[in-house]
Amino acid sequence: MKVLVTVAEVGTVEDDFEIDGAAIDERYLEYDLNEWDDYAVEEAVQLEEEGLADEVVTVTIGPERSEETIRMALAKGADRAIRVWDSSFEGLLDVAAKTEILRAVVAEEEPDLILGGVQTGDAMFGATGVSLAAAIDYPWAAVVNDLEFDGETASVHRELEGGVEELTDVETPAVLTIQTGINEPRYASLRGIRQAQSKEIAVQTLADLGLDGLDSDLRLTEMYEPEVESDATVFEGNAEDTAVQLAGVLREKGVGAQ
Amino acid sequence: MTGVLAIAEHRRGELRDVSYELIGAGRELADDLDEELHVAVISGQVEEFARSLSKEGVDVVHTVPDGAEFNHDVYTQVTEQLADELDPSVVLMPNSVNGLDYGPAVAARLGRPLVTDVVDASFEDGFVATREMYGSKVETTVEVDAERVAVMIRGGEWPGATGNGDTEVREFEADIDESAVRTTVTGFEEVGGGDVDISDAEVLVSVGRGIGEEENIELIEELAEALDATLSSSRPIVDNEWLPKNRQVGQSGKTVTPEVYIAIGISGAVQHVAGMKGSETIVAINTDPNAPIFDIADYGIVDDLFDVVPALIDEFEG
Ligand SMILES: Cc1cc2nc3c(=O)[nH]c(=O)nc-3n(C[C@H](O)[C@H](O)[C@H](O)COP(=O)(O)OP(=O)(O)OC[C@H]3O[C@@H](n4cnc5c(N)ncnc54)[C@H](O)[C@@H]3O)c2cc1C
Ligand SMILES: Nc1ncnc2c1ncn2[C@@H]1O[C@H](COP(=O)(O)O)[C@@H](O)[C@H]1O
Repeated sequence: MKVLVTVAEVGTVEDDFEIDGAAIDERYLEYDLNEWDDYAVEEAVQLEEEGLADEVVTVTIGPERSEETIRMALAKGADRAIRVWDSSFEGLLDVAAKTEILRAVVAEEEPDLILGGVQTGDAMFGATGVSLAAAIDYPWAAVVNDLEFDGETASVHRELEGGVEELTDVETPAVLTIQTGINEPRYASLRGIRQAQSKEIAVQTLADLGLDGLDSDLRLTEMYEPEVESDATVFEGNAEDTAVQLAGVLREKGVGAQ
Repeated sequence: MTGVLAIAEHRRGELRDVSYELIGAGRELADDLDEELHVAVISGQVEEFARSLSKEGVDVVHTVPDGAEFNHDVYTQVTEQLADELDPSVVLMPNSVNGLDYGPAVAARLGRPLVTDVVDASFEDGFVATREMYGSKVETTVEVDAERVAVMIRGGEWPGATGNGDTEVREFEADIDESAVRTTVTGFEEVGGGDVDISDAEVLVSVGRGIGEEENIELIEELAEALDATLSSSRPIVDNEWLPKNRQVGQSGKTVTPEVYIAIGISGAVQHVAGMKGSETIVAINTDPNAPIFDIADYGIVDDLFDVVPALIDEFEG
């Protein structure tokens, strides 16, 4: 069985940052493996370790920079990687655009199981996995925090709101979007990191995938820091001073008075 | 003409609040378009649901009795068929966990651009939405170059519709392709039970990823003890198994409304805030002055928790 894991590289913003046009100024961004995808990679690698999967392949739509993130997934146990990029990409790739690209990759790889994250930490669409499933006509389940797989049916828990989980059986091949907490993602070992250097990252353009070009219907036209309506009292001073002030307020509210 | 088709949400026999918010948002968008707002309710006690959804501003409620509980294959097929028949400018769905399980499929099947997790929206020359990025650190304006869109709205952003109307109710005969129903819901499970119920607590000391390491949790435990408070946390702490599930505050954990909620090293992601915004007094301790938790806090300290918390413990124990 082949497992394809969609792995996004996401930008995280430093505490203080500036906005440049409709994007975060590059100087304040760091790039990382998307938190949710870390769990998806782990889940796939565990399936391989249990003998249920023979191969774990990752796919990332990202510029050359993202190879660092991809190597991280390879170091954690994925066998090989695909990176799709095209000089024509600019601005935000919307869900439909990502779906088109991933659909083409699925057509080439024909995986039996596709794992992705619930959402990306930067764009926060929360939609790519289910959109892909519909496009390639695979069964799916979103927000999965428990997976048992017998080779044919994936028995999953979908984490609903308010501490309720839905128990669902999904026929495979399927797409599952993985929620944090489903497992304990490993750290890449030194050995893993060394091995990752020799694993394949196949780079593909739109033309390589047989795609003509992509339009994103969504345009990000503005980005700004949210207007703070808060009238929070922020205590000033060093930690001792602020602790004294906060303690005063808390006592007034009856905290700690037994 | 149907401007907006909104899909209601229910679970285990009850309409969820977001259904009424979908009506609120849907009416606004339908007004922008000068067209009708239709609401559909799929599966379960649809007649009864339709009576509740018969609110002022709703032109038609479509009932689709197929199925008992949410099944994404049924929801996807029905929504697609309704959209084909009504041809609305906007298909409006909730950005709930179940919404995430069928909304993107509906958009893909209909070939509509999808805008998720929308917190504000209008339809003038085109569809324009406000949504957040980067863990709510920034807001963005998104414009869509299409006349027909699929939109998922975040819960709690629009006021829920209240005034009863005498909406026309129509039963919609969906044509469900059973062979395309490839998921089966086999049951539900309640998680997060156990000895403590954080939703009963009057004072909560809540710890987030800013704590860094498991062994540091002890420091927050000490503070909780000094304040005679109950310990709770954000999700990553529970994901890491540093605290049990019954301590988790938020969308997928518990909703809490204590007198005092002290958020320590918690950024204030929307799914966390959903579970604690009803707290009487909110205190935030965080090194990042831009952390969204400060937007809802009453009192804040912008500083390292490892300096502030020991000082605070001293204040109460010293
Ligand atoms: C479907 C779904 C459901 C979810 N349900 C929940 C839920 O129920 N509950 C929940 O909490 N989350 C939930 N989440 C996750 C949520 O999106 C966030 O990822 C999570 O709330 C972040 O937790 P955090 O604030 O502890 O961590 P982070 O966002 O990483 O924030 C850590 C904070 O600590 C601060 N910090 C770091 N070091 C220090 C220091 N030394 N002193 C002081 N401050 C410091 C940082 O500035 C930062 O603001 C859900 C997500 C999804 C997609
Ligand atoms: N650029 C990308 N490359 C590969 N996979 C992606 C990319 N963007 C999103 N995904 C996958 O889709 C999931 C949901 O992302 P999103 O719908 O963008 O929030 C992520 O957790 C990834 O698994």
